[in-house]
Order: sequence, then C-alpha cells, then structure tokens
Amino acid sequence: MGVDNPLGDNVITTSLDLLVNWSRKSSIWPMTFGLACCAIEMMATGASHNDLDRFGIIFRASPRQSDCIIIAGTVTKKMLPVIMTVYEQMPEPKYVIAMGACACSGGVFDTYSVVQGIDEALPVDVYIPGCPPRPEALLFGLMKLQDKIMKERNSFGAAIGLGERYIPEAA
Amino acid sequence: MAENNRAVLKLKEKFAASILDVVEFRGEVTVTVAKDAIIDILSFLKLSLQYNQLTDLTAVDYLNKKTDRFMVVYQLLSIPNKDRLRIKTAVTESDCRIPTATQVWSTANWLEREVFDLFGIVFENHPDLRRILMTEDWVGYPLRKDYPLQGPDREPYKGRLS
Repeated sequence: MGVDNPLGDNVITTSLDLLVNWSRKSSIWPMTFGLACCAIEMMATGASHNDLDRFGIIFRASPRQSDCIIIAGTVTKKMLPVIMTVYEQMPEPKYVIAMGACACSGGVFDTYSVVQGIDEALPVDVYIPGCPPRPEALLFGLMKLQDKIMKERNSFGAAIGLGERYIPEAA
Repeated sequence: MAENNRAVLKLKEKFAASILDVVEFRGEVTVTVAKDAIIDILSFLKLSLQYNQLTDLTAVDYLNKKTDRFMVVYQLLSIPNKDRLRIKTAVTESDCRIPTATQVWSTANWLEREVFDLFGIVFENHPDLRRILMTEDWVGYPLRKDYPLQGPDREPYKGRLS
C-alpha cells in the first residue's frame, strides 16, 4: 500500500513565500495620513459602507505600526519633509500608494509650491487616478497592492538576513 | 458721497498734505495716502475715529503699470460705527519698506509677515519679521508678478503642445 494521508488532516504544505506573502497581504495596515479632499474618500473607504476591515486593512495612527502609507491628496513642498519623516519611521517592508491626481502628478496644482507627484520623493507601488478617486478605486488599488505583495519572492529570507527581496517587474 | 464721509472729512482736516486721493465706488471709500504719514493716519483712525479693527492688510503688485510698483492696502472696520474704510499707500520697488502697524493693531503682526513673505515688502520695526507661509529657506517672493508660476527651477508651461 502507498502512504495514505501522511500529514494528517490539519497540515498543509506550501512555500514559505506563499505563507508570508499571504499573511502580509491580509493585514495591510495603512498609516492614517490625510492631506486633502482624497482623505475624505479614504475615510469613506474605511467606513462601514465599503469597509476596509474585511480585507484586514486597519488604519493605524502610528507609522511604527504601519506597513503602507496612502498619500491621499496634494503634497506641498512644505509638507514633503513631514511625509518623508513619517515614511522613514515605518518599518520594512513598506508600501506607498499614490491616491489621486495630485499625489500621482501634482494634478491641477502646476505651481511653485506643490510637489509634482510624490514619486519624486518616495517609491510608489500603486498609482490610483481620479480627482478624488471613488472608494471603489481605492479598494481596487489596495487589491492591486495585495496582488503585488503575493508576487514577492524571498521577502521572509530578506527579513532574517538571507539574500535580497525579489519583486517582479510590473506586468 | 466720499467727500462727505465723516472719517474722510476729519482726515482731510488733519492730514491735508498727506491725502493723495479719495475714491468712493459702490459705497466703499478708499483713501490713498502718502507713505510718510501712514502710521500717524492709522493711529488717528484707530484712536480718534474708532476704526478699532484691522480686518486685512495686503499688497498689490502693479508691475509695469504704475511708477510705484506696490500698493499696501489696509482694510479697516469700525465696530461701534458700523463703518468700513480702505487705506492705500504706494511703496516703490527701490525702497521696498514701510513702517509696521503692529503698535496700532497687534493683528498686523501676522498680516505683515504674510505680505513680507509673499511680496518682499519689509515692515520696519516689526517685532518678528519672518516668513509665515513659505518654508524658512525659500528664495524669492511668490506673489510678485515677475515670479515664475511653476517655480524658478522649472521650464515654464507654454500650452499643451509644448
């Protein structure tokens, strides 16, 4: 006879990457950081009608407990050092979502005082267009970020000092 | 009419040489005065004519339109008399300075800092003349008409085909 069900009923086999990425993508905790009108849509996305909690996405009020920052609104040159400080306080691995036209490109504020896209300063993972994007768009962007996290390789190994984290190029 | 306005009559009586122009437009009285007498006039308006609130202090840049480039504008309100008055005075680009009004109305403190920040007009004897809106290390005065809209370090936008 062959080996029948050698691991019992309560064990699964998987790769470490899959397990780590699955747990990471299922608990994206974004930093609460609203900058402009996009923050209102971000709050609406977190509230009961759209309910980000069902994705395990819970807003945290401290960058030390966050692993994602949603740049929700117009970034002025005066605000940029504050955002950089918050970003640098977040522990690795950390992700950046540029929400709305202003965070993606400066939007209509093509002026001396506004940063022309947060990607001049931070590595953006997901761009969400719109002015402001509807909650559905933000949800879709967060799901795109989850897909991206699932494609990472060796993220756990990199965290314990074995090799580099490998992130495939966007398709 | 503006000539019969009580405040204008008193001003003309006391500061005849310093009143350059009086205009009334849609019930708003504007008095243009000489820069040398500005603090005396503002103190008189506050202490004797009960203009006890400075609702706004700002500036206008008349680049290439007038000989004196800047016009500093004081918007006054008399709460007891329910009356408003606008005082204007010209500031030249070569001598871009004007005495501070902080000893008359203390609210002038931040308003003058804003005008200094955005127009570069220096308010003499101001207690704390620092930039208030732009960052401390900002170069230039953004509300001047010759300040490039998209900032000095960027190629200016020339229309969507550029």
